[in-house]
Amino acid sequence: MRQEVRSLDPLDSPGLLRARSSGAGLGTALSATLKRDLLMVTRRPGDALTPLMFFAMVITLFPLGISPDADQLALIAPGILWVAALLAALLSLDGLFRTDHDDGTLEQLMLTPHPLPLLVIAKVAVHWLVTGVPLALLAPLLGLMLSLPEGSYLVLSASVALGSACISLIGAIGAALTVGLARGGMLLALIVLPLFMPVLIFGSGAIVAVIEGGAWLAHLAILGAFLCVALMLAPWAIAASLRVSLHD
Amino acid sequence: MSLSLEARQLACERDGRWLFRGLDLTLNAGDVMRIEGPNGSGKTTLLKVLCGQIVDVEGEVLWQGEPLRRVRSELLANLLYLGHGAGVKAHLSALENLRWYQAISGDQVSSRDCELALARVGLVGFEEVPAIQLSAGQQRRIALARLHLTPRLLWVLDEPFIAIDAEGVAALEQLLAEHARRGGAVLVTTHHALERIEGLRSLRLAGEVAAA
Amino acid sequence: MWAFFHKLGSPRWFYAIASRFEPWCWALALILIVVGSVWGLVFAPADYQQGNSFRIIYVHVPAAFLGQSIYIAMAVCGFVYMVWKIRVADMAAAMMAPLGAVMTFMALLSGSVWGKPTWGTWWQWDARLTSMLILLFLYIGVMVLRATFYRLESAARAAAILTMVGVVNIPIIKYSVEWWNTLHQPASFTITERPAMPVEMWLPLLIMVVGFYAFFAAFTLTRVRSEILRREQSKRWVQDMFREKC
Repeated sequence: MRQEVRSLDPLDSPGLLRARSSGAGLGTALSATLKRDLLMVTRRPGDALTPLMFFAMVITLFPLGISPDADQLALIAPGILWVAALLAALLSLDGLFRTDHDDGTLEQLMLTPHPLPLLVIAKVAVHWLVTGVPLALLAPLLGLMLSLPEGSYLVLSASVALGSACISLIGAIGAALTVGLARGGMLLALIVLPLFMPVLIFGSGAIVAVIEGGAWLAHLAILGAFLCVALMLAPWAIAASLRVSLHD
Repeated sequence: MSLSLEARQLACERDGRWLFRGLDLTLNAGDVMRIEGPNGSGKTTLLKVLCGQIVDVEGEVLWQGEPLRRVRSELLANLLYLGHGAGVKAHLSALENLRWYQAISGDQVSSRDCELALARVGLVGFEEVPAIQLSAGQQRRIALARLHLTPRLLWVLDEPFIAIDAEGVAALEQLLAEHARRGGAVLVTTHHALERIEGLRSLRLAGEVAAA
Repeated sequence: MWAFFHKLGSPRWFYAIASRFEPWCWALALILIVVGSVWGLVFAPADYQQGNSFRIIYVHVPAAFLGQSIYIAMAVCGFVYMVWKIRVADMAAAMMAPLGAVMTFMALLSGSVWGKPTWGTWWQWDARLTSMLILLFLYIGVMVLRATFYRLESAARAAAILTMVGVVNIPIIKYSVEWWNTLHQPASFTITERPAMPVEMWLPLLIMVVGFYAFFAAFTLTRVRSEILRREQSKRWVQDMFREKC
């Protein structure tokens, strides 16, 4: 039995080691990283649920703090839904690279011959899938509780889905810059919040527009444009930031 | 193609202190080189410089005769680096960890190869157990299984013996010697004597003077 | 050209050149700011609508200009540092940041002081003021990030990346905020928009703006020089220089 095992072992082939060329297998690497991170989420579902719970609880604070009056709540609902979703996404950003950094797999990821800006897209995509998309799905329910006018729920979901993708990308720059710092969470909020403001303006603007019968599609289009720009530029900044953080 | 890693007049300054200066080093196929030096003498930094992770240093690193900044991805395609962190995801099993490594380094993903590699580091029966339930030594062994799994010319091992028992140390030393015989090269930092390795080369880092 | 560029990049050369320009910059700044303030605050005619309260533009406008320009200058320095590894560029970026933040704060403060008699409130979510506030946050982020890193090199590169990310975002923020503002409230007249200012009004303003820029140059040169000495204190040329002076 042991003999058979040994003969199958690739390392026991008698030939010398050969130099390999780089470049092959980027797709495999991307999908493997994507799958690995999703698998991690299924192993620890609590991590993905925390931002959602946070979102729901922050929304609960507003009727308590302002008034249960439906008309008043409906007026401010687009804004507070968006602010709360933004903060929930922000809350989860700190962990984006931190566990990978602490256990050394981030270093290993950076030591593959593949371009780092592309590899980080896989990680950011997972973050969006497990944070942004659930937030977008939960938002209509909370909108209902804030008596958001009917007919705006789809736009609410779409704007949160699009906007949270921007937030994941831009926020990942901050997460990458602060990953090597012991208490990076607060700093992360400080450096990325100003960058989120345009997303907030057009995200909640889309909902207000659909309620008032305005050009909501234009708002979503602008969010889409933000996403395109972020998708083009952010991966480079994330990769450069990770290089800085890993060598401090 | 045989292997050559060369450093010329490397100098690295950290916080106003020279870790090393005027460092020359040549590593060819069949070499096992141990980097020695007290704590904080820049062993890890040197390893990271040599495999292109740290670039803000003076001097030049050549891989196969070409400057590293131009052929970095070629070096990385032939490199296996085990750092301070084991590089093992705690919530994934040993098998899942290894499969991810196979995928990101562009090898064929094969559970059978992973199982064989795990068997060789003595982790039979632990393949499906989440790494968090394993001991520190066992987690380290998952990382070491990559040495069996992925054929790479250059091994750069930063303190690979941490948390490994005596038996494991002996096996690992043999593995390093075997790797050198097959035309590979090893750069290693460790406080172990590495007595089982013939023709072991040493590089001592001690403040400013360094001699290979 | 390139040789000059690289020469300038060496701290020692920059120190020498900066020492030569520095007094001139200070002198220019002093003269322009004194002339501009006296002219603007005393001799320029009062505004027919706002009376004397408009005179605050002689501080507000130059401060706002500098606040924005300095961030862009920091981004340029960050770019130069990341691409050519010129350390002086990073020192300049580091030294400019507090001045930029102070200028932005001054613009906000003067805007709100002007707002009290004009709008009847200390703070209005006016498009320009809001953008300036966000700009102040960007400055604070960069400065805090830089201070958090232990290694000089890492701090420099992290700050450079964040500044460049910020500078890409500034126009987006500016236009988003402007757009948001027009949507939510009809534009009241703002501090700088007025039909055809007479020469006696805008000439002192121009002098003040140039004076502020001269002050920025002088301030940066002085601070970069001392930063060069601080960071290069172990280098031979610095020690030689001090030995000569003693």
